[in-house]
Amino acid sequence: MLWRVAEAPGHIEARELTKRFGDKVAVDHLSFTVEPGRVTGFLGPNGAGKSTTMRLICGLDWPDSGTATIGGLAYKQLSRPLTRVGALLEARSVHPGRSARNHLLFLAQTQDIPARRVDEVLELVGLSDVAGKRAGGFSLGMNQRLGIAAAMLGDPKVLLLDEPGNGLDPEGIRWVRNFMRQLASEGRTVFVSSHLMSEMAVTADHLVVIGRGALIAESSTQEFIQRSSERSVLVRTPDQARLRELIVDEGGKVTQDQDGGMVVTGLEAPRIGELAASASVVLHELTPQLPSLEEAFMELTAGSVEFGDTRTS
Amino acid sequence: MTAGLLAAEWTKIRSVRSTVWSLLAFVVVAIGFSTLVAVVVSNNWTRPGPHPNQITLHTDPTAVLFGPGFGLGQLAICVLGVIVISSEYSTGAIRASLLAVPLRIPMLAAKAIVFALIDLVMSTITVFAVFFISTSILSSHVSITLSQPGVTRACIGAILYLTVLGLFAMAIGGLIRHTAGAIATVIALVIVVPPLITLIPGTIANHVHGYLPTVAGVLIGQTAQQPADVLSPWQGFGVFCVWTAVLLAACGYLLLRRDA
Ligand SMILES: Nc1ncnc2c1ncn2[C@@H]1O[C@H](COP(=O)(O)OP(=O)(O)OP(=O)(O)O)[C@@H](O)[C@H]1O
Ligand SMILES: [Mg+2]
Repeated sequence: MLWRVAEAPGHIEARELTKRFGDKVAVDHLSFTVEPGRVTGFLGPNGAGKSTTMRLICGLDWPDSGTATIGGLAYKQLSRPLTRVGALLEARSVHPGRSARNHLLFLAQTQDIPARRVDEVLELVGLSDVAGKRAGGFSLGMNQRLGIAAAMLGDPKVLLLDEPGNGLDPEGIRWVRNFMRQLASEGRTVFVSSHLMSEMAVTADHLVVIGRGALIAESSTQEFIQRSSERSVLVRTPDQARLRELIVDEGGKVTQDQDGGMVVTGLEAPRIGELAASASVVLHELTPQLPSLEEAFMELTAGSVEFGDTRTS
Repeated sequence: MTAGLLAAEWTKIRSVRSTVWSLLAFVVVAIGFSTLVAVVVSNNWTRPGPHPNQITLHTDPTAVLFGPGFGLGQLAICVLGVIVISSEYSTGAIRASLLAVPLRIPMLAAKAIVFALIDLVMSTITVFAVFFISTSILSSHVSITLSQPGVTRACIGAILYLTVLGLFAMAIGGLIRHTAGAIATVIALVIVVPPLITLIPGTIANHVHGYLPTVAGVLIGQTAQQPADVLSPWQGFGVFCVWTAVLLAACGYLLLRRDA
């Protein structure tokens, strides 16, 4: 395509990024790197500073200190930035009186992107039929699709998506997930925030986890799940009382699950098997449990939750 | 700044209804009210009693032709000037705009140019429409032509005033960012503050009044300088332009400094 600029490397890099709103530190000396070719999830409890970080990367808010760069350049140094970076922000950014097509058209004109690209992205997100309708009448999901269309307008190498699943139905969420995976497989940088950890577990290859504006973890999704949570083992036996005694004597902890199994923590599966064998206890099941991303996340961010405690306790 | 940015601002302005409604209100109010005044003056021409308008039609004809219609119609320009920028903030569209133009100032410049051109075209049409409609209604009593001294300058002056007024309102819209607050501020500056200042006795108040943005600005729409005027038409217009330039500069400075 004629209007596409020379390929630029698509790393997103935050270095010591700090942003205060009055007394409140929303982003606190945050450093991380987002690599191309994979989906990087940006996780954190409500109010952790995800949206603020995204706005800082896009040059909408000014940091108090630190830097954010894309391919080594600050956002405002990018010429025709929409052809390099596509951003879907959390807050509404469409005039409700303007049609979807005119919204995309004016954005295209600022970048010298030909108008036919507008129809392409409308088609891409399935809004062709309502392209001429005022965006004010759109549902949450349609607005989200329009935002994704705007992000894809310049066919950018780098995508920043703040809670793209917001307001989408299950089918829409699956569509976004596959879309992001496809973009990453094309070698693009996909940086996506979400509060749905389970969603990230199946979408993100890599995670940047923050709490109260500061970095908590930066690792692959796999590693994050394994490292960050205590492993547990599901055990089924007809002789529960006996095995429970043995496990507790060895320093393990036992809880009962709903359908009659025992969940053991503090002992690895092989040790439990040995204990059972030594006492001739029959085992029907001995399964190491992978903690869900949800649990790993809760564990890691415990103590850095902004609003959670007062509401849940 | 590129042609693309100008095209984008044109797309933004033409694609919302408020633009069409404001411009329609401007044209209808200005032409309608001016015509009404001309008809009333014409019908009462030979009635007994004092006729201040008849005297003014000889000393400063454009003040009678333009004063009532544009005095009211200019408020539509003020409203449009404010909303071309404040609506971006109230709707969040500013975020999309600044993602596309992160240096920000080129966006503001393109917006100012496109809006000023629209304002200029609409004002030109309306000012000359008012001039020819009103002078033809009054033609059996008084002859006013563009070749009389100061008349053409006053017509062009009215157009220039209305154009700069739009930018003046736009700057305040960009500074205040809230539509209602900015409209209230502009209207206060245009029609509330000037008469209040004249209530203060003394020559200093008289000078302050003369240098108020729109008090100075409208002088360019008069056929001749009046005894009470502190400034000449072009001086007055210069003062108005300085006010507007300073406000636009402040608007640009804060656009760069503030979070979007
Ligand atoms: N414009 C602002 N003015 C003042 N405070 C703000 C502003 N924007 C964000 N904050 C505060 O900064 C903190 C981080 O907010 P942010 O929206 O970045 O969090 P988040 O991680 O995106 O949360 P969520 O999951 O709810 O979207 C919050 O405490 C919020 O109240
Ligand atoms: Mg957020």
